[in-house]
Formats: sequence, structure tokens, C-alpha cells
Amino acid sequence: MNTFSPTKEGFYGEFGGAFVPEMLYPNVLELQNRYREIIETDAFQKEFSELLRDYVGRPTPLFYSKNLSKEHGAHIYLKREDLNHTGAHKINNTIGQILVAKKLNKKRIIAETGAGQHGVATATACALMGLECVIYMGAVDIERQKPNVDRMKLLGAEVVSATSGSKTLKDATNEAIRAWINNPVDTHYIIGSVVGPHPYPDMVAMFQSVISEEIKLQLKEKTGSENPDYVIACLGGGSNAIGAFYHFIDNNKTKPIAVEAGGEGVYSGKTAATIALGKKGIIHGSKTYLIQTEDGQIVEPHSISAGLDYPGIGPVHAYLNDTKKATVVSVTDEEALEAAHELSQKDGIIPALESAHALAYLKKMTFKKEDVVVINLSGRGDKDLATYQKHLKL
Amino acid sequence: MSVRLTTLFEKKKSNILSVYFTAGYPEINDTLKIVKNLDAAGVDFIEIGMPFSDPLADGPVIQESSQKAIQNGMTINLLFEQLTDLRKQTQIPVVLMGYLNPVMQYGEEAFLSKCAEVGIDGLILPDLPMEIYNQDWKVLTKKFDISNIFLITPQSSEERIKAIDNASNGFVYVVSSNSITGTNKKFDRQAEYYNSIKQMNLKNPTLIGFGIHDSETFKEACQYSNGVIVGTAFIKHISKQGICKDSISSFVVQLKG
Repeated sequence: MNTFSPTKEGFYGEFGGAFVPEMLYPNVLELQNRYREIIETDAFQKEFSELLRDYVGRPTPLFYSKNLSKEHGAHIYLKREDLNHTGAHKINNTIGQILVAKKLNKKRIIAETGAGQHGVATATACALMGLECVIYMGAVDIERQKPNVDRMKLLGAEVVSATSGSKTLKDATNEAIRAWINNPVDTHYIIGSVVGPHPYPDMVAMFQSVISEEIKLQLKEKTGSENPDYVIACLGGGSNAIGAFYHFIDNNKTKPIAVEAGGEGVYSGKTAATIALGKKGIIHGSKTYLIQTEDGQIVEPHSISAGLDYPGIGPVHAYLNDTKKATVVSVTDEEALEAAHELSQKDGIIPALESAHALAYLKKMTFKKEDVVVINLSGRGDKDLATYQKHLKL
Repeated sequence: MSVRLTTLFEKKKSNILSVYFTAGYPEINDTLKIVKNLDAAGVDFIEIGMPFSDPLADGPVIQESSQKAIQNGMTINLLFEQLTDLRKQTQIPVVLMGYLNPVMQYGEEAFLSKCAEVGIDGLILPDLPMEIYNQDWKVLTKKFDISNIFLITPQSSEERIKAIDNASNGFVYVVSSNSITGTNKKFDRQAEYYNSIKQMNLKNPTLIGFGIHDSETFKEACQYSNGVIVGTAFIKHISKQGICKDSISSFVVQLKG
């Protein structure tokens, strides 16, 4: 049993829960009552594993980076989530949730997206399963992530521009939740991270847990021991991080490290480092840490990586942080860019800017030479080419 | 329940009209002026919205008014300051509506205590679930004599509606259709839904809200409930016509038809 499964009401310690308006209550209750029962059947597990293997391309490799290992004086492995279909870990969750949606007889899928990665992964799963797909995306993000908008459209999804508030990820999420309120019966909302009301944080964590499940098997094969000394992942909402941590929590050896987006610096006013700055509150139906004003208005965060640009974090991470089961740190935009540049040139892997945050933290650590370190390389960097071009002066 | 709300529901059993507006909109110091003008126009009670950056249950009109109000500098602190003399000026029942996060930052008990001090009668927090209310809030709302009002929707089961009625002390807010505020293209009759609620004989009065915007929808809703709540239509009206006495009074007159 995993000690960090939430309570029946969806709480990890004091964090989580389902703080939703009554209009959403039946939708959320239906999922709460059914998700575990659906996911835990053999038939579901079989269909899910087969799709992960044959369609997504799992297991993803665990790559021993000689170059990074030499540089940092430890054994450094990269979990290659960037090699998944659609280029990131996001698809693990969308395949899982679309199977749940089908079991619930939903005809229509909605989702929010920031940079467009989750939107593309959702549109992909919908195309595969023949379900109608509507993606909510902030007007500002539509402008700056055009290639992903076109990918979603090519996959047959409708992309709706969220024009309220700051017109970015948090507003796209608001709009998707409202759309769900307005279409309660036939629509399933695929949330892309371990955020939102219960049972989303738990359900998304279950689907992403395949990452650490594979790491365990692969490490055992390569080193003889299934538990590394460190697992490092970037932390926005926290789906790739919980996926990488899931089977290592409470094993007395592995130290999970989550790396937040420091933006231009934690105290610069332009940051997405939620744990560093956040106070407890409610965002998108969940009690967690979030960046907010003294008066409780949610603040628009900043990160060079659109995927980490979220003012909250998943409640499970708030809990892991407070109980010291994981360490939460941050790196700046600049440090992430540098790490992306280095991995591209040394190992021939162009990482997503999000994943580059995890890589960047290596430089801030001191290792013993026998330490085994796994970095979750959550996505590939093709989507970030424009940013790399601009900042790395290519 | 507060004396002001009890008296209202004892005196008036039908055609109750409640109007919602966002504190700090259109201008930061309009709050008390709007309260007084609504009172003078014959509204039965008032809902004051505490603006929030991410109001999940609200449509674009109320969200925009909230955004403007936040830009204007509205905070819960300032709202309480503006309401200091509320009860010297009017005895109309006043209910605060808002979202949980700003209230949490103010502090639940401090918030309720301040509500009682300035003479607030009730509270609507759409994202406060009934279970959490029963566990953490019930004793406090009782202590400060603040009514807590819950929403029900066409998707709410009979069992859920009964549980909500039991947890409520004030009135039950019947959401007209499963939607966010301001969805008023057409007001669904949904006679079946309203009738089924009527037949449940809830212990609390019921008021229908979401989508009521003219005399036709007002009358329709009043057939099935003790009255209505109007928000978006009022915000739209004051955005165009302003908040002076004549403007507000003509809105109320037209609505009542």
C-alpha cells in the first residue's frame, strides 16, 4: 500500500479535498465513487498497459548518462519520458483518463492546457478513441504556442480561447471547469496534473506512477538495487514529479527532490516557486499552497517554461513537503536554460524547458561517488525551440 | 438565523426579490450607495459579492466586475470598513457572497466575528462543501448568528437536497439550470425540477437564481419558490446606467413588471 494515498475524502494530511461549487458536486462524486473500482479491474489494467506499450511506446528507456555522471561525480540516469508518443509524460494520464471516461459512458472530453502539451496529449487520446474533444487554452498561450494549437486542430480538437482573467493556464482551467458545470452529464474533464478536486490528484498520480514502476525494474536490472539515492523531477502542478516519486516514497533510502520554477528569482516578483512563496489556500477545488496576495487573490506566476507556470501545486506535494518526505527546491529561468543547452550539447538530447529545471539542480548538489541519481526527463524540447533560439542566441 | 432574515421570511412568503452586486464596482466607494438605493427601490434583501480573482461559479459579467473591483482596490478588510455604519443606515438583510480562499486568508473566525459586528446576516460561499461546513464552520456560524446558504442544482439528488436543507439556516439557493451565473439566453422552465423541490417541503424558504433577468423570468421563478436572486442582469444594468437612485429604481420596477 502507498502511504500517500489520500483519505476517502481526498485529503493528504490537511491538503486536497474537493472544494467545488454544488454544480460540480454530482460530476465529482460520480468520479470519486467509481474511479478506483474502474481502474483496479484486470480488464482496465490490461487495456491500459497494452496501450501504453503499443501506442505510447512504453517502457521508456532509463539512460545512463556517462557525461553527466562524470561531470557530477555520481551515477546519473535519465528517465526518458521525452520519448513517449507526443513527446512528454502527459499522455500516460490522458490514455488512462480516456479509458475511465469510456467506462463512464462519456461522449465528450474537455481539458485545459498551458503550453499545449496536455492539450495535444488529450486531443491524441480523443482521436484514438473517437471522442469529441474541446481544449481550453489561455488567449495569451494560444498566441505564444501556435505549433501546439495547430497540432491539436490537426488531431481534430476544438481549441477554445480563454479570455478571462490573465488569459493563461489558471484561466484556461477556470474556463474548463465552467464548461464542465454547463455540461454535467455527457462530458468528462481530463485534468492534466495532480491538481483539482478529489479524485483527480489521486487518479492522475495512479496513471503517472508507471514512471517510477519502470524505474524500479530498470534500476534493478542495471545496478542490482531498485531504489536510487535521489529522484529529481521538475514541479509545476506535479504530475511528472509524483509519477517519478510514487513507488519510492517512504523507502528510507530514496530522497525525492522536486524542482520548482524560480523564474527570475524567488523574490523577484516573477516566479512560479509555490512552496517557496505560497500560503495555504484553495485553488481549483483543492487545498494546497498557492501564490496569492495578502487578501487571497491568486497571483499570476512567471516561469520561462509554460508547463511550470501555475500558481498552485498538487496537494500531494504540499503534503510531501510538509512531512519532509520530499524536498522542494527551485532554480531560475537562466539556470534551466543553461542546463538545457548543456544536455543538448553533451548528450545529444534536447530537453523540454520544464525538465531542464530538474537537470539544473544537479549543479547545486554534492554527491558521494556511489550515489545513484535518477532525473525524470519529462519531455522533449522541440516545443521550446523559439525560446532556446531567443535566449541561447543560436 | 438572524432576526432580520427571520422577519423577512415570516412577513413575506412570495415574490421576494434579492439583488446581487460586486463590492467595489463600478467604483471603489459605491458599496453603501448601492445598498441604500436598492433598499429605497424596494428590494427585499441584498447580496454583496466579495470579489475574487478566480470565481469558478460565475460567468464573464460577474468575473469582469470582480476583476475591476480588485483593480479598484477592493479587499475584505476595506469592505468591512465601508460597512461599519451599515446598520445605522438600513435594516435590509445583507448576505455576503464570495469564495473560500480570501475568507481563509482573513481567518474564518475573524471573518464571521466581523460579519456579526457590522450586521451581516448570511453567507454564501459556493466552494465551501456542506461536509466541510458541518465539520468546521457550523459551530462558528451559530456562535455569530450568521446564516449559511447552500446551492442546489438540477443535478442534485433528492437525498442531497434534503441534507443541504438540513444543514441550511436561512434559505436554499436553487440554481435554475446547471450553469454558471449569467447564462440567460433562455430561462429553462424546468417545471419538473422546481415542482419536485416544492413537493419536498423543505424547512427553509427557497429562492431561485441564475438566469433571472426580466419580469417574465422573475414571475416564472416566483411561481415555484419564495422568490428570486438577480445578479448578472443588475451588474449589466449599472455598468450602462450607473448606480444613482433613479437608475436602480427603474431596474427594480422593470424587473417586477
